[in-house]
Amino acid sequence: MEGLVSLAVKAIFVENMALSFFLGMCTFIAVSKKISTAIGLGISVTIVQAITVPANNLLLNFLLKPGALSWAGFSDVDLTFLGLISYIGVIAAIVQILEMVLDKYFPPLYNALGIFLPLITVNCAILGGSLFMVERDYDFAEAATYGVSSGFGWALAITAMAGVREKLKYSDIPDGLQGLGITFITAGLMAMAFMSFSGVKL
Amino acid sequence: MAQKRRELLLDPLVDNNPITLQVLGICSALAVTSSLKVAMVMAIAVTAVTAFSSMFISMLRNHIPGSIRIIVQMVIIASLVILVDQVLKAYAYEISKTLSVFVGLIITNCIVMGRAEAFAMKNPPIESFIDGVGNGAGYGLILMLVGFIRELFGSGSLFGITILPTVNNGGWYVPNGLLLLPPSAFFVIGLLIWAFRSWKPEQVEEREYEIQTVEAH
Repeated sequence: MEGLVSLAVKAIFVENMALSFFLGMCTFIAVSKKISTAIGLGISVTIVQAITVPANNLLLNFLLKPGALSWAGFSDVDLTFLGLISYIGVIAAIVQILEMVLDKYFPPLYNALGIFLPLITVNCAILGGSLFMVERDYDFAEAATYGVSSGFGWALAITAMAGVREKLKYSDIPDGLQGLGITFITAGLMAMAFMSFSGVKL
Repeated sequence: MAQKRRELLLDPLVDNNPITLQVLGICSALAVTSSLKVAMVMAIAVTAVTAFSSMFISMLRNHIPGSIRIIVQMVIIASLVILVDQVLKAYAYEISKTLSVFVGLIITNCIVMGRAEAFAMKNPPIESFIDGVGNGAGYGLILMLVGFIRELFGSGSLFGITILPTVNNGGWYVPNGLLLLPPSAFFVIGLLIWAFRSWKPEQVEEREYEIQTVEAH
């Protein structure tokens, strides 16, 4: 249990998806102009991340790992090279299912989050989460914790970024830095602020 | 014809650069630039994937049904990325360890998907291939520039060969440790964008609010 809590804190602050691994940067920069949309996107990423990372963990443990197919009688088959294509397939399918389920059973939620869902399939933070899970050999409980907390960390970062940008648009910025340039520099300063968490030991 | 192809190849380098202007594919651009060698391998990998995926998608463009095109594109791109990943693991194991998950993340690199959607679905294979090479090279250019600055000033070397002898090794150069840390990539790219836009003022974005100037009395 203690291990899971420290894993969660690490995934949210110390190894923040957006600010220390630069994952999901395209959407991070493009959709952070308003706080309300940033929060919507953040929530969608957290939900999708919380489902896909454990799902890919099951896929890895029961289908792809060397020897994982022993339940079906193929004990010496190693399918890890099919990893990338399977993870992205799972992600695309889950996003699609989530979109249909929300549309059918939770229309208000669909109206709020629906436009962000197609964007999420190509969000590197989602695929990145699954790949980190594979690389670090998480078991199912760790994968579930990591999914939720890394998604939350990303949501936190994009919301904070949107807050800064909402204020920033009134300031006098040199012409060449207008827009994209100053956004990068702001993100850099935020990343430095998040680095101060790296001293946190749990 | 030749003129048009030249344009396709050279236009994305500066005038329509995927990173500084179209805001595509920044995700991996930042994480892999702390050394020039890794940045170069990544640039080559992305260029290869973009070029070939554009070509294959363009060959199939008349047979892909519109409603499932994203999945078809994903499958083509993912297969190419698996290929690149396996090649790197076989011939450049050290570098593939440093790149870790970022090779896999080429799948979700917006440049690849972006070019497939915006160009390859509407144009013939050869043009699409050239367009892919051009955009990959535009991405690579920024990646190498950032890698050059970060490695030269962060650890005083280029491609691992010492250029500025550092104090630790008895030289005179005090390396700027900040440049080896992740946040510096943001600053370097931000400043590069500033430099690009001062050179090409037509790329400057419109202000949302005008600053009111007080007239002198």
